[in-house]
Amino acid sequence: MEEVPHDCPGADSAQAGRGASCQGCPNQRLCASGAGAAADPAIEEIKEKMKTVKHKILVLSGKGGVGKSTFSAHLAHGLAEDENTQVALLDIDICGPSIPKIMGLEGEQVHQSGSGWSPVFLEDNLGVMSVGFLLSSPDDAVIWRGPKKNGMIKQFLRDVDWGEVDYLIVDTPPGTSDEHLSVVQYLAAAHIDGAVIITTPQEVSLQDVRKEISFCHKVKLPIIGVVENMSGFICPKCQKESQIFPPTTGGAEAMCQDLKIPLLGKVPLDPRIGKSCDKGQSFLVEAPDSPATVTYRSIIQRIQEFCSQRLPEGENLVGS
Amino acid sequence: MEEVPHDCPGADSAQAGRGASCQGCPNQRLCASGAGAAADPAIEEIKEKMKTVKHKILVLSGKGGVGKSTFSAHLAHGLAEDENTQVALLDIDICGPSIPKIMGLEGEQVRAKFKEGWEIFSDNLGVMSVGFLLSSPDDAVIWRGPKKNGMIKQFLRDVDWGEVDYLIVDTPPGTSDEHLSVVQYLAAAHIDGAVIITTPQEVSLQDVRKEISFCHKVKLPIIGVVENMSGFICPKCQKESQIFPPTTGGAEAMCQDLKIPLLGKVPLDPRIGKSCDKGQSFLVEAPDSPATVTYRSIIQRIQEFCSQRLPEGENLVGS
Repeated sequence: MEEVPHDCPGADSAQAGRGASCQGCPNQRLCASGAGAAADPAIEEIKEKMKTVKHKILVLSGKGGVGKSTFSAHLAHGLAEDENTQVALLDIDICGPSIPKIMGLEGEQVHQSGSGWSPVFLEDNLGVMSVGFLLSSPDDAVIWRGPKKNGMIKQFLRDVDWGEVDYLIVDTPPGTSDEHLSVVQYLAAAHIDGAVIITTPQEVSLQDVRKEISFCHKVKLPIIGVVENMSGFICPKCQKESQIFPPTTGGAEAMCQDLKIPLLGKVPLDPRIGKSCDKGQSFLVEAPDSPATVTYRSIIQRIQEFCSQRLPEGENLVGS
Repeated sequence: MEEVPHDCPGADSAQAGRGASCQGCPNQRLCASGAGAAADPAIEEIKEKMKTVKHKILVLSGKGGVGKSTFSAHLAHGLAEDENTQVALLDIDICGPSIPKIMGLEGEQVRAKFKEGWEIFSDNLGVMSVGFLLSSPDDAVIWRGPKKNGMIKQFLRDVDWGEVDYLIVDTPPGTSDEHLSVVQYLAAAHIDGAVIITTPQEVSLQDVRKEISFCHKVKLPIIGVVENMSGFICPKCQKESQIFPPTTGGAEAMCQDLKIPLLGKVPLDPRIGKSCDKGQSFLVEAPDSPATVTYRSIIQRIQEFCSQRLPEGENLVGS
């Protein structure tokens, strides 16, 4: 059979050489022998790069639109308020990179130097990287399939000159697919402290979040805890509370009790959050009095405490 | 070089045989010759299958969590209220399939209503989702792109669609494998158009403009834009708040700018989330809600759009 098979699972995949579509492919014997399963050299290169990064936190959710990027950005803002803390924020949402806008860094360019790509610095101690910085215009669509997205993520981890960093925060797109598998695989030899999982109160969200938690268990990624966003709304006109996204099955609280995972906090809706994100400002600074700000700060503190208790570099908890 | 290269772009990709990582691969010459670019036979098979499906509508958004699945489900409910209209709802969100829950088809209900590859909501409304193939709703589907594409191909080619007036395809957020695949697999069939969902804030609109750009690139007609979460009437004091403020004019300004129809602005109503969690039709549970009124008006505009589309055979979607 001279044709290249459709549905080639990819030379790196577990199905390489074994899938139904591999029958007759000239590469079949090679793939099936596991030659493609040799470790990607990038994993060691990334491990080296990550030696100057103390703590690595993934921000995940099975569900879209629950506030991952909002939370990642404000975790970065909050940690960087201490000018002695070096913070890096990496946006691996290739199709919908929101971080440049939320951080007020639209239009910024990434520069290359001898030691690699330089992140875009919001402050001296807060560097940001996103595919958004590589587009000619913010409205340009990045229409890439999985393998190309994986390549970009590998470059972000291996080729960016992160320097000495106390906290690397990785903002992810919703789901349990290429981006998530890739970031965990590429950081396999480095040490991910853990994942913060974002949800909203309704069951439709929790259902996807349970899948994300299941993903974390499968890849042996520690879970720092769950953040419930959009947890109630205080009407600014009458000060009474409404549940816009009703927790019909008990919200994140019930799910966390059920799965024995820490609930880091419940953040209420505040229209100033959306406004700050659109304007690229820190909500913590714009609305210091908001109950949402108080909760965010408490969550950030719990994350810092979790990280400070993690095993030192070299004790690898993430399965490769 | 005996090794299989890392970063194999895939035999079907445009980079097949041409990428840097292809150097030395035993397949390189074959891939570069374009052998992998021969059309997938499934495309013709799907075209045949789609001959009994009159109208095909994709529900898209660049942004997650704006209400695509909520809208897809209620578009299906609304159209199927006319018992003479056959409706099919296909959920191609492989990682986060919400449709089974929103349609109340989880668990035991599924076993009782399975028929010819479809989970049946009612006599004239059938639903398909990867969610129905899981042992438990909490099982994670951790698949890379190629495997997701294979599932989508199966949904389109192997499900017995029967005579359908409207096929609604609910998609995950983004502009990636699922979106490219559904457009490619339906390339020889005729997609009437896409409904694009957003919320009012600029962070959403930015992703939605990318989705619109995607539609233009793949020559997918745009039926219009729906703005969800467009204001909230406090049930205690009846005053309106903008929870997700339209700092740059919301969907209205974007649609004027891009000359695309704004199909409607749906306000927040806590009963929407509740209905979705319980698997009930919000249109039935809260017929008096301003959100219901807007949904029905949007559904009507979509029906009007579809009835004006070119008949089968006039293919507007580029292959």
